[in-house]
Amino acid sequence: MAVYNLNVNGKKVTVDVEPDMPLLWVLRDFAGLKGTKFGCGMALCGACTVHLNGQPIRSCQTPVSSLAKSAKLTTIEGISDGVTLHAVQQAWVEEQVPQCGYCQSGQIMSAVALLKTNPDPSDEDINSAMVGNLCRCGTYDRIRKAIHRAADLSKTSGGGSQKVGKAGGK
Amino acid sequence: MTSNNNSRREFLRLSSLSGLGLMLGVSSFAKNASIVKLTEEALQLEINPFIIIDNLGNITLVNPRPDMGQGSTQAVPSLLAEELEVSLEKVKLIQSDGKSKYGSQTSGGSSSVRELWEPLRKAGAAAKEMLTETAAKRWGVSVDKCYAEDGRIHQRNSDKSFSYGELADEASKLPIPKNPKLKDSKDFKIIGKTKPRLDVPDRVTGKAVFGMDVDVPGMVYAAILHSPAIHGKIVSIDDAAAKKIPGVIKVMKAERPMPHRTSEAVAVIATNWWAALKAKKALNVTWDNSGLDKMTTDSYFAKSYEAAKAEGINFEEKGDIDQALAHAEKTLEAVYETPFLAHAPIEPENAIAHVKDNGEVEIWAPIQGPDWALRDVAGYLKVKPEQIKINVFLLGGAFGRKAYHDFLLEACFLSKELKKPVKVIWTREDDISQGPYRPGMLSAMRGAVNGKRIAAFHHHAIGESINRQVFNGLKDHEVDDWITGELSAENHKYNLPVWKLSWSNVKTDIPIVWWRSVYASNFAFGQECFMDELAHAAGQDPIEARLAILQDDRFKKVLEVISEKANWKEKLPAGQGRGVAMFKSFGSISACCVTVSKKGDGSVKIDKVVSVIDCGWHVNPDNVKAQTEGNIVMGLTAAIKPGITYAGGMAQQSNFHDYPIMRINEAPEMEIHIVNSGEVPGGVGEPGLPPVAPALANAIFAATGKRLRKLPIDLNEV
Repeated sequence: MAVYNLNVNGKKVTVDVEPDMPLLWVLRDFAGLKGTKFGCGMALCGACTVHLNGQPIRSCQTPVSSLAKSAKLTTIEGISDGVTLHAVQQAWVEEQVPQCGYCQSGQIMSAVALLKTNPDPSDEDINSAMVGNLCRCGTYDRIRKAIHRAADLSKTSGGGSQKVGKAGGK
Repeated sequence: MTSNNNSRREFLRLSSLSGLGLMLGVSSFAKNASIVKLTEEALQLEINPFIIIDNLGNITLVNPRPDMGQGSTQAVPSLLAEELEVSLEKVKLIQSDGKSKYGSQTSGGSSSVRELWEPLRKAGAAAKEMLTETAAKRWGVSVDKCYAEDGRIHQRNSDKSFSYGELADEASKLPIPKNPKLKDSKDFKIIGKTKPRLDVPDRVTGKAVFGMDVDVPGMVYAAILHSPAIHGKIVSIDDAAAKKIPGVIKVMKAERPMPHRTSEAVAVIATNWWAALKAKKALNVTWDNSGLDKMTTDSYFAKSYEAAKAEGINFEEKGDIDQALAHAEKTLEAVYETPFLAHAPIEPENAIAHVKDNGEVEIWAPIQGPDWALRDVAGYLKVKPEQIKINVFLLGGAFGRKAYHDFLLEACFLSKELKKPVKVIWTREDDISQGPYRPGMLSAMRGAVNGKRIAAFHHHAIGESINRQVFNGLKDHEVDDWITGELSAENHKYNLPVWKLSWSNVKTDIPIVWWRSVYASNFAFGQECFMDELAHAAGQDPIEARLAILQDDRFKKVLEVISEKANWKEKLPAGQGRGVAMFKSFGSISACCVTVSKKGDGSVKIDKVVSVIDCGWHVNPDNVKAQTEGNIVMGLTAAIKPGITYAGGMAQQSNFHDYPIMRINEAPEMEIHIVNSGEVPGGVGEPGLPPVAPALANAIFAATGKRLRKLPIDLNEV
């Protein structure tokens, strides 16, 4: 066992775990962040995608001991404050992308990373950036549409977040 | 199905209990709905969701259909809200817990809207009439001077109104109207309108709670080593290395109870699941696999091809097929093969069970049917249903898999031994290599053509029966009527002068179960590809050939719409082709048209898929489209990706590298069209799937001239 001080969503998280424990299980079972999902354990499905210093990684294949002390981690819980949605989340709501939704945390984390480097991706760009994220419900066509919509939302709002719209009326 | 149990109190006067106003069950409104035999026969229970309107006007509906992504959390309350004249946001949902008072509670057979359409609307309408009558009495006016709108009863031509909460107590003392008046469909505000699903925001922010996300106090985790050869027996367990892993509490023998037999297993119990998994990998277990070497998919299919040469059990016959074939101008014979498939929901199977010292049992799990789970847990642990509490959470996909409770009963076994809550989590390898699977099946087809007409058709369905293996419900001389019902002329509406349908059961111990659209996913392939072959043999356009023999206007309309929307009549360049197929399942008619192109390297690309569905009345057109999109992706995956194969009793696939499912770069452009027939609701979650694979194979024939009769199709080498 070893103590790790992680920076997750801008907050310090201290865990005492085995060094080879994948970040996925550290986040879910020790940091209480259940939005990141277990799907395959082999980096084949992308359900566990989080950001390491802004880059998408598969947390199921990332031992906690491999993270640098300066590592900044972002999970689905950290891309919006819960009151306003991130443009990608807003687009996901407007296109009604999720069916079961289990894979969508990972899909959204991959899409957020894509739009950061490529604010106006083509379908081809989307296909190659999102190829690692499986959806068994088959929401791919809507994911493509939602990424285009998120690109448009980001342009009109100057890249900022969107208020939870009527569609998100809780 | 017993749909009217008058001994049950459908109306409870609970006004003496503070806060509860009107509580209404809807058993008296349940009719003999057309539902799949699954629920009818296996449960003998009625539809009986509960509705509570409290003194504050809050409306609570006990939802009898768990949500696995199909949209029941919207569709079910919409039926109530429409008639009760409240917005969807006003209806709070509680998931039912499996108790028999809530009736049938399994999400399966695309049944949610089909079964609840009438009883839930009638319940809403009855409550509205009771509230209206109460308000009318208070005002001393006739009920026709009152109307319901937005959670209030208003008096016409006045500004007077009461909220439902103000009326609930008094309304509860009225008799329930037996035949409340349902709204005219032209007045619908919710049903048939595209509305955003209210739980989508939780599903994009990580807040949605799936079974996998549930923790309970004092719980331990289990990773289970299943026998690599299914049904292998433990000879010895070397757990020395496993026990050294920090966090490991115990290594113990376990069991995997399946409906047809129970398999041996070894469980690692740990303080966290990662430790349990690591220790599972460190176990050294010797298995006795004797007798399992013969359990292979090759031998299963070899037996099935033998059965194809023999006479099956005749189920349906019109005219004399042998005579018709003997005297026909042209005859065709072909055998079509569909493989075993895993469901592979992205959320692997998982469950928490707590078997307490006092005999009570509590379950927390993502399961399709709490009623079935209650039955299975009670039977397995030999406890009374009233001692069991079932908490259902969202399902991260299921497709039929999570109505098979082996993983749940594993948790029960371990908790009973350990006297603690135990959370069992399956790995992806468990999910893919252990089954249960969609069974592989054959369609042995014979047909005849005279002139330009299809003159005779024989479908011989061959394979293992889910009824037999899961319910022990099929004797050797019987037909599986889940299959024959779906393949019957009554279902496909092809009016042929000579027709035959037969069945042969080929048995296997490879675990099988229902998979999205059940047998329709297998047999639509044979039926609709062979129809294409016969059309070509008759020198007919495949759509025209079908229209010539279809005797049902709804089927014809669906074909006409797909012809138009998919530009069927457009002439395509050489190397491009379109294929069409249609199938009715779960009460809905669906057609699919696939366009493909042949590439120079021998590969084939799927250019576009257009699907049309007539599901009768439906709640949310956008959700019908979403489900049909999902069916296209799952149907194409089933058509072009490797299936499950067994050798030596062992699955030869284990994770998404060797059991790949379609990825976004392979998902073609797709378009969905709904035919608004206004007929009684059909299913939505499954009917879009069956026509996809045959439409693809027929398109490949159109583009390349090659008939592919065995799935999966390798698009790289056609």
